[in-house]
Amino acid sequence: MSAAVEAQGTPGTPPSDTEKRHRVHVGWKAANGLIIVGALFALLLVAVPRDGVTRFALSRGADALQIPLLEIPAMPLAWGCLVVLALIAAYSVVRTLANRRTSVWAIAAFGAVFLVGFLAWAGAGSSGTLSIVSLLSGSLLGAVPLVYGSLSGVIGERSGVINIAIEGQMLAAAFTAAVAGSITGSPFAGVLAAVLAGMLVALVLALFTVTHRVNQIIVGVVLNVLVLGLTSFFYSQVLVPNAATLNSAPRFGSWTVPLLNDIPVIGPVLFDQAPLIYLMYLVVAGVWFALYRTRWGLRLRAVGEHPKAADTVGINVERTRYLALLIGGACAGLGGAFYTTVAVDQFGLNMTAGAGFIALAAMIFGKWDPVRAAMAGLLFGFASNLQNVLSVVGSPVPSQFMLMVPYVVTLFAVAGLVGRSRPPAANGQPYVKG
Amino acid sequence: MSHQKDPNPGPGPETEPGRAEELEQEVARESGAPAGPEKADDTADRLAHALQQTMSHRWTVAVGAILLAVLVGSVMIAFTDERVTAAAGYFFARPADTFVALGDAIGGAYSALFRGAVFNPRADGFAAQIRPLTETFNYATPLIAAGLGVALAFRAGLLNIGGQGQMLIAAAAAGWVGFGVTGLPVGVHTLLAVVAGVAGGAVWAGIAGVLKARTGAHEVIVTIMLNWIAFYLVAYFLATPGLLQAPGSANPKTPPTPESAQLPELLGERYNLHWGFVLALGAVVFVWWLLNRSSQGFAFRAVGENPRAARVAGIDVPWTTVKVMLVAGGLVGIAGATQVLGQVTTGFGGDIDAGIGFDAITVALLGGSNPWGVLAAGILFGAFKAGGTAMQASEGVPNDIVLVVQSLIVLFIAAPPLVRAIFRLPDPERRRRPRKARKIKEEAA
Repeated sequence: MSAAVEAQGTPGTPPSDTEKRHRVHVGWKAANGLIIVGALFALLLVAVPRDGVTRFALSRGADALQIPLLEIPAMPLAWGCLVVLALIAAYSVVRTLANRRTSVWAIAAFGAVFLVGFLAWAGAGSSGTLSIVSLLSGSLLGAVPLVYGSLSGVIGERSGVINIAIEGQMLAAAFTAAVAGSITGSPFAGVLAAVLAGMLVALVLALFTVTHRVNQIIVGVVLNVLVLGLTSFFYSQVLVPNAATLNSAPRFGSWTVPLLNDIPVIGPVLFDQAPLIYLMYLVVAGVWFALYRTRWGLRLRAVGEHPKAADTVGINVERTRYLALLIGGACAGLGGAFYTTVAVDQFGLNMTAGAGFIALAAMIFGKWDPVRAAMAGLLFGFASNLQNVLSVVGSPVPSQFMLMVPYVVTLFAVAGLVGRSRPPAANGQPYVKG
Repeated sequence: MSHQKDPNPGPGPETEPGRAEELEQEVARESGAPAGPEKADDTADRLAHALQQTMSHRWTVAVGAILLAVLVGSVMIAFTDERVTAAAGYFFARPADTFVALGDAIGGAYSALFRGAVFNPRADGFAAQIRPLTETFNYATPLIAAGLGVALAFRAGLLNIGGQGQMLIAAAAAGWVGFGVTGLPVGVHTLLAVVAGVAGGAVWAGIAGVLKARTGAHEVIVTIMLNWIAFYLVAYFLATPGLLQAPGSANPKTPPTPESAQLPELLGERYNLHWGFVLALGAVVFVWWLLNRSSQGFAFRAVGENPRAARVAGIDVPWTTVKVMLVAGGLVGIAGATQVLGQVTTGFGGDIDAGIGFDAITVALLGGSNPWGVLAAGILFGAFKAGGTAMQASEGVPNDIVLVVQSLIVLFIAAPPLVRAIFRLPDPERRRRPRKARKIKEEAA
């Protein structure tokens, strides 16, 4: 509701009063967060200084355009980064004092600079090189199931059904993709089967939550356990004895996009990947377009925010939710297919290993928006891949702490930066007509 | 509906039809109780009513759900059994073979499950025969405690998915007190270790509570993240000499829990059952008291039912959220402590939680988030765990089928209409109108 409407509604009140009521109070969370992270980094540099140079590799051996290895003295670079961090933090403080928000770009820049500084510190004096290309492309690969999974969550929850069964959808999809791919010998058949499996789990979810109005969280949690039990049972009873015929799936090779692939750094990361990754770019854009730019999306969001109102204007709430869950299940199916058609060539016990829950976190982190959720998925993928790259240069940080980083980052982000994330209003509530 | 024949003059002619009907029924119920001449009819009616009550009761649905789940499990066993598949290959030549093989496979699996979980008639003497039941209680102990933690949070409107992390931290704390602190007398050492475990679980869940209360962060995402953080934190402790790693070992494993810190055997050396089970039972009574008899529990439930109304009623909602998570984490901490001090006393690794944190969610759901329900569900799932292990060992049926049966039970119980439809049980919502009321209406007409 705009200030003008408010003022019209109450003609007696002076305008200054209305303005006061509408002034946004900007909290100190962002500024404080930046200061704390910067101070911790400074502490690290003072407490554990490291000598030597850090080698950054910006191109791969096979690339057309070779960029020479960057050998940068580690400590000066790290201190330089710290100075930049301090500047950004100061900017944030100034903005907050003026009651203005710190822009997202400033925070993103802060994160990037912090990362460069940290990598410089961690890689100092090592004979290994930090390959930026493999760091980024590994992140992208790690993020694929998270992005697909979070889209599944976004579509379902935007229609008002909490989808905790992402994990189960992906696990079932990974299983069927492995079996179907092995039988037919085609990864495309595997992907198709995976999509169907994801939709099947989604259908069960819809049957119980939409038709029978069972608590959505209960059904989601239970479906995860059910799928875990089913896949584990059939894995050890059927797949292990027939591993050659049922569990040796063909994998997608990487499809190189000509020209674009030759762009330094970004080219090999984004345009030399398996088709499922290209499909991911399209699906993220497609879901965004469908949700915000089509009649179907508007109706779906209406059902998620106020099902009664939607019903009153003639939208079929149950059918909308069924359809949303099924499409979400298809997305999660694509994410599950990644495991057995791109990452490895066989199904393994519980191979999604909690990725569905991280996708759920990405969805909440992304505030139920497909593009932001995909970005959050990329961030998680990056954070979990960091450890792989650092182990090459022999980082001084215990590996367990590096592996912990994505989760700590999420915790801080959810508590500090994102704050009260607001789900769709009717999320989790079954709709009873009448 | 006949407005003017309404026996109750109170609401006037504007009464809605539904309301009039209700009033008629009410009057019929009041006047019908001492009806003399229709005694036989009345008894029949009551019998029918009682039968209907039983048939549509929650427990009937529960039994139906268990039957259905077991049926699905049987189908899975049958389809993957080699002899069944072989016999089905010549089904039309000798169909009996297929059925014999089916019976062997399914009957063998479930009887092994029963022998592993309740009573083993093949053992020598009653004491040995009843041993599986004590194993069931043993497996049920952490399930009950952790299930209570999830159920309590659920009653306060919080979904505690962080059982895994809370158990890991609790196990680490209890374990550290167990072998890190020496020279304490037997009882005191155990008590201290249990308290450390409870405190560890409470702190870990408390972090989630504080974050939820202070910043509004969603507890599901926070507890999931805390699970992973706890996992890697404990993995680090386990790999670091001087913290949890056993001295002189390179494996990420702790030294064994010393005798003085172990929970003593409950029924003597013969059985594995330890005092942790009593601890779990005590926790059930405590949670029952807390939820139903204390003002604090009332505040918990009020916040769970309607936080806005609770705030208006003067309840400090954020602080209550923190308290709920502290208590819930403490309960899950009991599970972590009993694992280290009773179940796995030979030293533990990063898998000490054994998936109980997630099993606890299903236990709490099956138990209807009520302490006694959690007790029953915990024992049932404990029986499945004990029996599943035996089944895998003797029949070669993977333990995972227990997961399937468990989750199907919860799924079916959560959807009573589905179970009723399958078994054609009557619906309590659509109860037949008492015959008496109809008669009165006929007379009135």
